[in-house]
Amino acid sequence: MKCRSCRQPAVIEVRRHNAGFCAGCFLRHCREQVARAIHDHAMVERGDRVLVPVSGGKDSLGLWDLLLDLGYEADGLYLGLGIGEYSDESRAFATGFAEGRGLSLRVLDLPAEHGFGIPDGAAAARRVPCSACGLSKRHLFNEAALEGGYDVVATGHNLDDEAAVLFGNVLHWSTEYLGRQLPVLPAARGFVRKVKPLIRLGEREMAAYCVLRGIDYIVEECPMAEGNRHLGYKAALDAIEERSPGSKASFYLGFLERASHRFVPDATVEQERLGPCISCGAPTTGEVCAFCRLVEKAHAAPAPRSEAVSVGRPRRRARGDA
Amino acid sequence: MKIRLRNPRREVEMAGPLRVHVLLDRLALNRESVLVIRQDTLVTGDVLLEDGDEVEVRPVISGGGA
Ligand code: SF4
Ligand SMILES: [Zn+2]
Ligand SMILES: [Zn+2]
Repeated sequence: MKCRSCRQPAVIEVRRHNAGFCAGCFLRHCREQVARAIHDHAMVERGDRVLVPVSGGKDSLGLWDLLLDLGYEADGLYLGLGIGEYSDESRAFATGFAEGRGLSLRVLDLPAEHGFGIPDGAAAARRVPCSACGLSKRHLFNEAALEGGYDVVATGHNLDDEAAVLFGNVLHWSTEYLGRQLPVLPAARGFVRKVKPLIRLGEREMAAYCVLRGIDYIVEECPMAEGNRHLGYKAALDAIEERSPGSKASFYLGFLERASHRFVPDATVEQERLGPCISCGAPTTGEVCAFCRLVEKAHAAPAPRSEAVSVGRPRRRARGDA
Repeated sequence: MKIRLRNPRREVEMAGPLRVHVLLDRLALNRESVLVIRQDTLVTGDVLLEDGDEVEVRPVISGGGA
């Protein structure tokens, strides 16, 4: 197979584009897709300070690399989730990337600063781990961005992630979520702007980008993901994609172009009911925000059995770099 | 040739020569969900793998629902 641009031997085939790429042309393709997403959706302006939450995985580290390469001012944020070995390893990949390139990375740790990890917190709140994790990340990323004076938070959600979320939202006709499933959430009272510059790149492309750029990332899956609905949706979409390449892109990008605006009214009703959390001040529709409720439940729960030998629960510490 | 696989980590031996897409069919893997890496470089489905090649089949799916 030959590169579609320069006819050199290809190293990767992207069936959605019906094309092979050599390493150089593929990297250029990735940069162009990110530049186009940023431009089409007015995600980031020159001079904006961008905060990139990095998990140590391919998407977030690849995104950080791409943004810097495109000339944006971007710092990293790593949040330790207290998921055993997985968290230790993923932190090593995030710090290794930052140190190797002399980049600024802030490291936060959920257990050290809030006294619980995702597995225990989720169990105490009777939530599935990814839901407790997602709400913690949304809260803490936003808080860190406000504290650090950043204009925008850029996350590594890729085309496959967004297509899978869309699939779930359509399957259940969650019109409010459909109205909020946008590549840019503008800044609002208490919220920093949030953008997803990787929406035009699939996860296979992101993995290939990292391999070709020599970015070391954690390949192992988070142990909490196993069996979650999101992975099931991805498998279903991949089975369709295998038979007709381009389906995922036309599903998600077509939604953005032709359907997403129809659901915006469903989401704005919710937005208008936002007020400050009485405990932390973050915007919420209730009295106490979802993160503060999670913290409260995690602290109220008896110590998990796995920690029965340790003395008491970790105490909450003041916020700051861990 | 030695084939390294992940999730769970394991190694299998296969006799070459063998095309990448045939290898993936034999492993019952969807080509949209993996990359094939030979001696640190990516290879496309039509490439012929030989005995003595060091091959890694790397999954690309990540599962965070949020
Ligand atoms: S898989 Fe779930 S628990 Fe693990 S990091 Fe992702 S969202 Fe969090
Ligand atoms: Zn080329
Ligand atoms: Zn709160």
